[in-house]
Amino acid sequence: MALALLHFVLAAQQAGELQKGLTAIGRGIVYGGAAIGPGIGIGLIVGNAITAMARQPESAGTVRTTMFLGIAFTEALALFGFVLAFIISG
Amino acid sequence: MSFLGVDVPPITHVTVWPTGPLGLNKTVLVYFLATIITLAIFFIAGSKKKMVPNGVQAVAESGIDFVREQVIMQTMGVEGLGYLPYLTTLFFFILFSNIFEIIPFFQFPANARYGVPLILALITWVIFNVVGVAKQGFLHYIKNSLIPPGVPKPILILVIPIEFISTFLVRPFSLSVRLFANMLAGHLILVTFATLCAALFAASITIIILPFSFGLLVAMTGFEILVSFLQAFIFTILTAVYIGGAMHPEH
Repeated sequence: MALALLHFVLAAQQAGELQKGLTAIGRGIVYGGAAIGPGIGIGLIVGNAITAMARQPESAGTVRTTMFLGIAFTEALALFGFVLAFIISG
Repeated sequence: MSFLGVDVPPITHVTVWPTGPLGLNKTVLVYFLATIITLAIFFIAGSKKKMVPNGVQAVAESGIDFVREQVIMQTMGVEGLGYLPYLTTLFFFILFSNIFEIIPFFQFPANARYGVPLILALITWVIFNVVGVAKQGFLHYIKNSLIPPGVPKPILILVIPIEFISTFLVRPFSLSVRLFANMLAGHLILVTFATLCAALFAASITIIILPFSFGLLVAMTGFEILVSFLQAFIFTILTAVYIGGAMHPEH
């Protein structure tokens, strides 16, 4: 199995495809990793904002503005990963 | 790139555009149009003032009212009303250059190129620094923005570099990247589903998947209207938050 994999890798290297493949994998890992934290964070922000709005509907306007602010700050981290995935070149 | 028999165009097709004479390409064209529309709305609304607004004047007045009530009053208070012209212009210019994402024959958000978002963010960066220095004095402004209140002395060694990087270096970067990456990501999603629809239409048995792909394309187009509006709003409100933070130091 390992020998077969090595054989495959060597063959791919000769074709010059290995680097391209590894770049693609790296891009996937970069964006996937960058999306984990902000995904959890945005979930927490919106969930708590909904709780706040349900408890005090009269403050819904302020809560919504603050919620978008929080989302924007959190989301920036995921977007850095998105841009970094484009910057990585093989 | 070929995936399951579906031909997806290489990424350069989406991110690189042919350049015409004088460096005029689609991005520049959309920015010109957005500038002209923004100017036209406010000039037309300002030239024919009516007691009961309708048409263009109603759009301009509701836009100004939206920026005043939802952006300035929520973040800066009455003192920030002087920034209303800048923030309104910013909001409408970003909104119009984003909304070309879903307008047929253009279908390209001009802010999916990094140049102009960076310039807008740098203008904001210069404004909030100048406001901070003018309102608080240079040393007070640096001290108030680098040292958060109520932090024990030994931790300051750690806090000051972090605050410096996050306030003066990362702010313009994250402000511009947020706008740029959101628009680029939305554009790429629309492109992916559109090419998928085209490829499925030509194929034989896979045509049964076409309705799902097309339905999602329509849904994402609707979602992108929301995103272009929301990104214009977020860029404007963050500008207001930064300027407001420079005006009032945290006590």
